[in-house]
Amino acid sequence: MSSTTHDAHHDHHDHAPPKGMTRWLFTTNHKDLGVLYMVFALIMFFVGGAMAMVIRAELFQPGLNLVDPHFFNQMTTMHALVMIFGAVMPAFTGLANWLIPVQIGAPDMALPRVNNWAFWLLPAGFVLLLLTLFMPGGGPAGGWTMYPPLVLQLGDAFPFLIFAVHVLGISSIMGSINIVATILNMRAPGMTLMKMPLFVWAWLITAFLIVAVMPVLAGAVTMLLTDQYFGTSFFSAAGGGDPVMFQHIFWFFGHPEVYILILPAFGIVSAIIPTFARKPLFGYSSMVYATASIAFLSFIVWGHHMFSVGMPLAGQLFFMYATMLVAVPTGVKIFNWMATMWQGSMTFETPMLFAIAFVILFTIGGLSGVMLALAPVDLQYHDTYFVVAHFHYVLVSGAIFSIMAGVYYWLPKWTGHMYDERLGKWHFWLSMVSVNVLFFPQHFLGLAGMPRRIPDYALQFAEFNMISSIGGFAFGLSQLIFLWVIIKCVRGGEKASDQVWEGAKGLEWTLPSPAPYHTFETPPVVK
Amino acid sequence: MSQAQGAYYVPHDSRWPVFGIPGMVLLAAGFSLYLNGGSWGMPLMVVGAIITLIMTVMWFRDVVNESVAGKYNTQVDASFRQGMAWFIFSEVMFFGAFFGALFYARVFSIPWLGGDDPATARYLWDSVALSWPTAGPGFLDLDYQAMGPLWLPTINTLILLTSGVTLTYAHHAMKENHRNKVIAGLAATVLLGFIFMCVQSYEYVHAYQDLNLRLDTGIYGSTFFMLTGFHGLHVTLGAVALLVMLIRVIKGHFTADDHFGFEAAAWYWHFVDVVWLGLFVFVYLI
Ligand code: HEM
Ligand SMILES: [Cu+2]
Repeated sequence: MSSTTHDAHHDHHDHAPPKGMTRWLFTTNHKDLGVLYMVFALIMFFVGGAMAMVIRAELFQPGLNLVDPHFFNQMTTMHALVMIFGAVMPAFTGLANWLIPVQIGAPDMALPRVNNWAFWLLPAGFVLLLLTLFMPGGGPAGGWTMYPPLVLQLGDAFPFLIFAVHVLGISSIMGSINIVATILNMRAPGMTLMKMPLFVWAWLITAFLIVAVMPVLAGAVTMLLTDQYFGTSFFSAAGGGDPVMFQHIFWFFGHPEVYILILPAFGIVSAIIPTFARKPLFGYSSMVYATASIAFLSFIVWGHHMFSVGMPLAGQLFFMYATMLVAVPTGVKIFNWMATMWQGSMTFETPMLFAIAFVILFTIGGLSGVMLALAPVDLQYHDTYFVVAHFHYVLVSGAIFSIMAGVYYWLPKWTGHMYDERLGKWHFWLSMVSVNVLFFPQHFLGLAGMPRRIPDYALQFAEFNMISSIGGFAFGLSQLIFLWVIIKCVRGGEKASDQVWEGAKGLEWTLPSPAPYHTFETPPVVK
Repeated sequence: MSQAQGAYYVPHDSRWPVFGIPGMVLLAAGFSLYLNGGSWGMPLMVVGAIITLIMTVMWFRDVVNESVAGKYNTQVDASFRQGMAWFIFSEVMFFGAFFGALFYARVFSIPWLGGDDPATARYLWDSVALSWPTAGPGFLDLDYQAMGPLWLPTINTLILLTSGVTLTYAHHAMKENHRNKVIAGLAATVLLGFIFMCVQSYEYVHAYQDLNLRLDTGIYGSTFFMLTGFHGLHVTLGAVALLVMLIRVIKGHFTADDHFGFEAAAWYWHFVDVVWLGLFVFVYLI
């Protein structure tokens, strides 16, 4: 009852946000929730980053130097889980929350309460996950992929890991259902599907992937749980199951997951490059179709993670060719971004620098991916630092760079202030150089045979590991500049205009900076 | 009605999610502690479950009140439809994981372990003959019987199919504003769901007591109980949802052209129905 009267009282939309802590706890406002998601992601980025620093410090020199090997394994496992589920996915969801309604001219997200729940499930999941580090037997240490039987050796942390995955899964499924409903149902009149900004398109497809594969992961970890505690035999050969079956189910989730981590990045970059090239995006519809084809293909390539596990020849061939097909739509995208820049009148503000670096470095990561897709050679590369180099090129200089590009790009719209361009450039150039110092040598380490997920290594790998660690520390420190730029921009700075960037197009740039608490309560008409 | 005309209803704040979060943490942590053998686990879990339950009930109550107060326009209605449809899709994928495990075991791992793959057979269990249903090469001397389609599962199939019919009958009656027929149809559906669960429980008792078929009876027991168990859980949820709808019908919450709550529960029920057909064919029949 109280809620009814309460709401009736509020029906004439007061425009200012409520004051105090409860604003953030109870909010249903898409901008508030977007901010919460992004702040959470930033915190997790530093938590996961600290773990990475431990890893690189241990690997600075051969020998067991700093940490106990078991703790090292916990760091590699938790670093991955924190970065994937805590940093990259929430950052993208935060951007989606803030931007999608204003990009399609909607008053808010379609299901505002669900939105609040989806966000607050994240801290819940991470409480469960991070607490495991302090439990008897330590946190998860068998790799983020949670392969049995290794993962079953985990101590008290085991059920916490499983339930954390469940909670985080519910969070992303709920967030994604909301995003799909918003995009399909809340567009302003005239905002047809093929007029939507590409970020919206990318998220529509990403959200579909999340709704399709997160439940599969939930099923897989549930089977782990029952195998451990309730005597089932899904992954035990003695009972007629198969540990390899876990890998199939996991990667049926896992490969679409890597596209969940990159498709929104494609959307961000497709927004930024046209702005700073002052030309419309080249090949809009081919971008949409390419994104959809990548999403489709992502369901039929999971076996490329398992070439060395043992698989019938026909399976190896199928997964190899299907994987290589992914390079085609990806190539279309890279071509389109370059064609957009071609003969544009480009300027190189920080967002554009990150976007261009994304195009170049993501391509390097994509190409090493194609190398890994070749079944016969993957037997050599699998589980080496070559794979580590591959996925860090696509994830750090891909996904993370795109998020940074997006933050610089929209920060003036969010805060009403221009960020410090000089510091932004410092951040970019330091990150750009250090990320390559960090990850490029890892290609050679891998090709020369250095295994991944290991605290010590043979002496011939010493130099490149030291170089890589130096790059790692530099990259980590550079991110403090990012933090400082954001804090500085929130607190003040040159006043931003509505359009912010000379070449920026789209509904969000018609709003004042900072955008008011409620926007598009009466939908704009899109021509 | 009039208040919400045109504008999309956005609640100003939402307390139940944040209220329920500690409940979910307690539920998960309590269950974990319980599994690890801690004595605090069970009580924490119960507290967590109660909080989560309160969250669910109160949240839905708010939504029902707003709906009855006429705050939702057709666009809000469409959002709920989208939300429910995609939620059901995610549930389909969840079951997909377990069906996938069943197919994988039957098509790959059992034949391989049974000698089709020479290497596996040589290094693990030499020359055992395996065929479905099996508890696996490690439990060859286990004495148990498989659960055939006759008669309990067949009866249950008929019960669920009939419940689909009674539900559709109720839906048509709803569209034609025949409230008593709606009530009759819905009540029959809930009752059939209840009978289904009774038969299913009896089947489990039968399996454990007479057939020596248990959750730990190798891959056969694992897939059998996990698939039928999760299905049973969903039947229970669906029946509770339909029961709530029955109460709402009696309270007069729905009209001939505005009854999405009812439809959502009905969609869910049909989904549970379809999953059962898959189970009947792949778990019991072949
Ligand atoms: C042209 C596109 C791509 C191709 C052909 C490709 C191919 C591959 C292959 C074959 C592997 C397995 C290597 C091995 O373990 O031996 C792999 C691993 C991986 N890829 Fe990619 N990839 C591509 C794009 C991406 C993208 C866009 C991301 C994420 C943003 C990504 C993230 C990963 C990750 C995280 C792993 C390692 C998983 C693990 O073992 O923990 N890849 N990739
Ligand atoms: Cu993959």
